[in-house]
Amino acid sequence: MTVPLGSAAAAQAPELSVSGPQANSVTLTINGAAHRMTIEPRVTLLDAIRDHAGLTGTKKGCDQGTCGACTVMVNGRRIDSCLTLAVMHQEDAITTIEGIANGEKLHPVQAAFIEYDGFQCGFCTPGQIVSAVAMLAEGHALDDQTVRTQMSGNICRCGCYPHIVEAILAAGKPA
Amino acid sequence: MPIVGAARSRVDGRDKVTGGAKYTCDRELPGMLHAVVVPSTIAYGRVLSIDDRDARVATGVVLVMTHANAPRVNENKSSPQDAKLFLLQNDAVEFDRQPVALVVARTFEQAVHGADLVRVVYETRAPQMDLDAGEVATPAQTAGNQPAAHRRPAAQPALASAHAQVDAIYRTPTEHHNPMETHGTIAAWDGDRLTLYDSTQWAFGVRTRLAHVLSIDPSAIRVIAPFVGGAFGSKGTAWSHVPLAAMAARATGKPVKLLVTRPQMFGWVGHRPQTEQHFAAGASADGTLVAMIHEVRNETSLSDEFVEPCAVFSRDLYAVPHYTMHQELRRLAISKPTYQRAPGESTGGFAVESAMDELAYELGIDPLALRLRNYSEVNPDNGKEYTSKKLRECYTQAADRFGWSKRTAPPRSMQRNGMLVGWGMATASRGTHRGDSDARITMYPDGSVVLAVGTIEQGTGSPTVYPQLAAAVLGISPDRVRFEWGDTNLPTAPLAAGSQTAASIGSATVLAAEQLRDRLVLLGGNVPPEGITIEVNAKVDEAEEGRYAQQAFGAHFAAVEVDPDLLHIRVTRFVGAYDVGRVLNAKTAGSQLVGAVVWGISMALYEQTRFDRRTGRIMNATLADYLVPTNADIPNPEVIAVEDDDQRVNPAGVRGMGEVAMCGSAAAVANAVYHATGIRVRELPITVEALL
Repeated sequence: MTVPLGSAAAAQAPELSVSGPQANSVTLTINGAAHRMTIEPRVTLLDAIRDHAGLTGTKKGCDQGTCGACTVMVNGRRIDSCLTLAVMHQEDAITTIEGIANGEKLHPVQAAFIEYDGFQCGFCTPGQIVSAVAMLAEGHALDDQTVRTQMSGNICRCGCYPHIVEAILAAGKPA
Repeated sequence: MPIVGAARSRVDGRDKVTGGAKYTCDRELPGMLHAVVVPSTIAYGRVLSIDDRDARVATGVVLVMTHANAPRVNENKSSPQDAKLFLLQNDAVEFDRQPVALVVARTFEQAVHGADLVRVVYETRAPQMDLDAGEVATPAQTAGNQPAAHRRPAAQPALASAHAQVDAIYRTPTEHHNPMETHGTIAAWDGDRLTLYDSTQWAFGVRTRLAHVLSIDPSAIRVIAPFVGGAFGSKGTAWSHVPLAAMAARATGKPVKLLVTRPQMFGWVGHRPQTEQHFAAGASADGTLVAMIHEVRNETSLSDEFVEPCAVFSRDLYAVPHYTMHQELRRLAISKPTYQRAPGESTGGFAVESAMDELAYELGIDPLALRLRNYSEVNPDNGKEYTSKKLRECYTQAADRFGWSKRTAPPRSMQRNGMLVGWGMATASRGTHRGDSDARITMYPDGSVVLAVGTIEQGTGSPTVYPQLAAAVLGISPDRVRFEWGDTNLPTAPLAAGSQTAASIGSATVLAAEQLRDRLVLLGGNVPPEGITIEVNAKVDEAEEGRYAQQAFGAHFAAVEVDPDLLHIRVTRFVGAYDVGRVLNAKTAGSQLVGAVVWGISMALYEQTRFDRRTGRIMNATLADYLVPTNADIPNPEVIAVEDDDQRVNPAGVRGMGEVAMCGSAAAVANAVYHATGIRVRELPITVEALL
């Protein structure tokens, strides 16, 4: 049985090679590298990234799509990876926190988070940074209130919001 | 620029911004199994039967542990401070989401599915959820061995004859810590030796409790606490899932990872108890306080006593000759409450600082002037001189920055763009604590230094700030000092809570570095090939500690805007100045102060755990329903650390800064809401409904 995708976009999408509830071979492209894994269809993208691709930078804060700690980019768009199944993303380009820096060189957003102390415990930080990088690419106005609103899907319980905003504004300024 | 106090960026920053920092459940051990707790779906009663037939045969499930087959362990408390644990030893249910079974499987998904297949039948009894009707438990002492009832002399007669009085009930709700990283444990046995990776504020405390539960020697247990993704008090103790993971690992012969889910974070891992505070104060016409009464009761569980020490705030702040306090507990069918960021002084500060605002209006005196009128140069309760006190400077600096003098006193008198504007202020106060800490410091021939203490890193900056302290003593760059932490194999550290960590670890660090420096001088500056190692045991000298009163202070100023039609409340400005002793790192200190202000705003406007009073079940156990502030909810708080070289408090010179900015800050917001609307809200959080 082929897993139905059930959306308009599915019409163009290639048929998935996944059948039945048992584990299947699935290949995900994460940060430009192919990760082949044998997983059940019910495995979320988050758990596939963490437990099967071994990329533990992406965090599980709620597993319910309420906190943003698991934010990754799928084809450049930021999403909660806990709310989607891994098998649905075999044709997608997935970017996690491990793929944000350019080798040893930090992304300007990462460097700014360090400079402005945009974190304390650091657990929400990978999600904040991936979300911020995607947000900057979305082309919003770079003012305090817009950044606050656009970053409100990522909860920081340590209360670093003001420093997160400062970091993003600094990183987003044209060089 | 001096090394201590410098705004040094976090040395673990690169790890934290690249995803490289390893938290407990980021670890993968060979052959590791996954465990999921089955929580109770009733609050009070007992388990009649558990049907685990489907779960046991489900794909991948290795073990279903219930009270019928769990190994017998020692659930009893090893000390009165211990929480009662729920380790599947009997059929009793005492609160919503108590563990009643554990499912262990080869994958996380299989364990989750297995847990769904466990069918539990209960005998349900009516839970006691009413604070008025709960059984009274009278504690002998509150946190820190302080008296639960106390007077100097009785307040009642003086209060009755005072020129002006306020007398009201203030309420604060049950709150759950909800750090972003949920609790998690990985347990692995090697013969009779147990290794635990645990998200904890106190690896040594976990080891002690687990040794007691499992009846093994503490030396057979190693607890590793890598980066901790927030805690705020909830990870101060070994809750039930930690021994459950160890029991499951022993039963299966495999390492077991147990991750507590977000809805389970409202179960057995502690919470701030709801409080009901009767607070009364009387003053003469010029505002001089003559009497105060602070009577507190808070919820506790059926099997534990936890005091939320609200009255400490009123006892230790203003110069009041007549004072009476009392703390009482009421037993409800809830899980054990525990300390949550600024226990007692945050909740107590709300009542006291709201009442001070009410008294200021009653007397027609400016709220700041009223505080200054009752300023106490010594601790008002025991008459002791402070190690240092810069509260007056806090008031002045924060009020100037805020522009307090431009405030017009009458409620609803300040408006902007059709919004009701309110300005409110409050005092911050928080006792300074310190625990015994060991430390080891080694200098190698190349001049590099390793400083080791088995404390934890939960965001306060341990790996960054302690090397600064050591480097300053040694006269070297902090980049030459590496900090090792998070392991019971390292020198013993106290519980990382109560704003005591910098005082404790910092003092041990300074003493160790001073001894290393002295040794180095004796050796003529030559480091032998094996290096120089110094180990210290920085014990708190009780007699010395008692010589002076030790306290951190501050002043909060908040501005709110309230929509007159929709009654939506926004905090638009917040300025706070804090008297915390020496600042070890301007950058990390600023973040802690801002974070505590955010928690104060959150307490004022958002947080509340809601119970169904008939069933005792929690109704909002997700981060969608339990409100915490998002980025858009928070203004840009301006925080000022008032410089102070406190030579008396402890070798590190610090008085604690993780909590003080949360003490009284909720009252500053509530007072601003009153100023904006003319409505005095004495129950948190302040919702739209409260302003209708």
